[in-house]
Amino acid sequence: MTITYLEAIREAQEKALRDDPRVYIYGQDVATFGGSFKATKNLAKEFPGRILDAPISEDAMVGSAIGAAIEGMRPIVEMQFADFSTVALNQIVNQAATLYWRTQVCCPITIRLPSGGNPGSGPFHSQNLESLYAHFPGLVVMTPATVEDAYTMLREAVDIDDPVIFCEHKYLYNRLKADALPESGLPCDKARVARSGRDLTIVAYSAMVHEALAAAEQLRKEDIEVEIVDLRCVKPLDLDTVLASVARTARLLCVGESWPWGGVNSEVIASVVTHGFHLLDAPPQRINSKDTPVPFHVNLWGAHKPSSQLIAAAARQLYKW
Amino acid sequence: MLDTLTQPKRDVVPSVFQEQYIKAFNWMLLARTVEEKLASLWRAGKIAGGVYLGKGQEAVSAAIGTRLKSGDIFGPLIRDQAGRLAFGESLIDIFRVHFGSRTGLSRGRDGNVHRGKPREGCHAMISHLGSLISVVAGALMARRFKGDNSAIGATTIGDGGTSTGAFHEAINMAAVEKLPLVVIVVNNQYAYSTPNSRQFACNNLVDRAIGYGVEGYTMDGTDLGDCLEVVAHATDRARSGHGPQMVVGSCLRLSGHGEHDDAFYVDKSLFQTTLGRDCLRVAESYLRERKWADEALLETWRKTAKQHVEEAVARAQREPLADPSDETWCPYATPRIAEALLVR
Repeated sequence: MTITYLEAIREAQEKALRDDPRVYIYGQDVATFGGSFKATKNLAKEFPGRILDAPISEDAMVGSAIGAAIEGMRPIVEMQFADFSTVALNQIVNQAATLYWRTQVCCPITIRLPSGGNPGSGPFHSQNLESLYAHFPGLVVMTPATVEDAYTMLREAVDIDDPVIFCEHKYLYNRLKADALPESGLPCDKARVARSGRDLTIVAYSAMVHEALAAAEQLRKEDIEVEIVDLRCVKPLDLDTVLASVARTARLLCVGESWPWGGVNSEVIASVVTHGFHLLDAPPQRINSKDTPVPFHVNLWGAHKPSSQLIAAAARQLYKW
Repeated sequence: MLDTLTQPKRDVVPSVFQEQYIKAFNWMLLARTVEEKLASLWRAGKIAGGVYLGKGQEAVSAAIGTRLKSGDIFGPLIRDQAGRLAFGESLIDIFRVHFGSRTGLSRGRDGNVHRGKPREGCHAMISHLGSLISVVAGALMARRFKGDNSAIGATTIGDGGTSTGAFHEAINMAAVEKLPLVVIVVNNQYAYSTPNSRQFACNNLVDRAIGYGVEGYTMDGTDLGDCLEVVAHATDRARSGHGPQMVVGSCLRLSGHGEHDDAFYVDKSLFQTTLGRDCLRVAESYLRERKWADEALLETWRKTAKQHVEEAVARAQREPLADPSDETWCPYATPRIAEALLVR
């Protein structure tokens, strides 16, 4: 039996609904239709009254989830695309993220953001917004790269008492498969060494972990051994695992699919330079998508985001520095 | 004045109405007394940031506050001191939050009108107008999930707040879900300095109700009797399964937007109209006219309110203020997450 990243997300929600009567799902087309990507397929049948179709009102979807969470529920809000979550930005960053700070009442909501590009998706169905949400105090921002993490981290997202932005990558939905789902996984505040190597560290998360792994395979043939740290969660960010890896390799390359300015890569590099400057033999490097909106045509889109070739080229240069 | 969408019940027993009126009046009076004190403390430099008053809107606010029951949900906005008190807010909490006391509800993290006890049904507003409506609606969804069909929720919004997308999304959503939500729109003629003519183009804000498929009413926000009657009707309709209710109360904001604002832009001729009446003075005249209270009794009520307010201020002023050394500096509730972030 194999299970995809998308099925893992569905399974995690099914398990949460089964285990916890406080859980419900609210989003556009999530009930009978099963969600635009089918992440809630058949759940409405299985859990009548707990999977609710929402009007096209992202602000009200999140606002209502906050109100329900205050009353003790554990809502999961599905954004149809991560890109549309900015319509709810005010509720997410001003209402949900500040609630506990202001009132000591926690806000256990999970907002699922189908993120990242697919060929032909264009500027408004392709965004990666983890850096944006990580900027705001009070939010947890998860960016799972594997089927196993998609499953265990989504369950953890529902369980923890803070608002979680769950960035699930659309490119991985059906391309990534595992044999089975684990019962438990690493907690979200722990990064994972996805590949061991002595020569340089690549820090990546979400779909970029797989581009980095592909780059590492190319580099292995050139006798360059790359270590890959999968952040798993960009906030909180597990700096210990990153620093421990940099201590082994002395070289750091950060890869993220979001835009470069003030992002996760910048934060990782700033932290490593601040706390581990003495560990470095070369200036840390980063690769992001180009600093433009995400283009529509596959030729442009393919060149807009970091690829394994681009990562390999940057790694070679860094190795030789 | 009730709108034609539904017929009023008008079945309130006179003695019950008298009791409700007197109760609501006393909340109005207490709110006015609290706010006069807040303004005076602000002028004396004792309160940092802003002070925002509900002067002229106490009748609307007291009406909704007194019609909510324990177990209901209330999302007060900035000019709802009377409603907050009627819904159970203690005087000491008001002053602690304004001073930024360590013992205050938000421990100095937020001030003035941004206070509440969400778990007890009184939500703490953020400054982004319209955004509280869907929160109250969501709290009602939670009650429904939990099988509690007895509670209703109410929230208020100004004329300016009705122009937000959040207002539209939330009312439409509440209507789709048929939630027992009462939205009180207080048209006090100005959103900060912007008059109605630059805010909306419909004839009356209540015209929007029919577009949302909710029941809508208008009322004279300067007349406590009218407010009590209309709000009672709306809350009863919500409680008996008729879905969201929109009530538009008209009045004039009798203060600046905040105490920093002298409101020079307000059209002075409005003070000569019914809108410009002070609801507290109107209610006092009504009490005297109906012989429910004479001047001596009114003076006793005023003195009692003043005494309670001054005691609360005296106590709050002796308490320690927020202190950075005992602040956690952590906005996370999950211990594991808090720890992971604090290490940095």
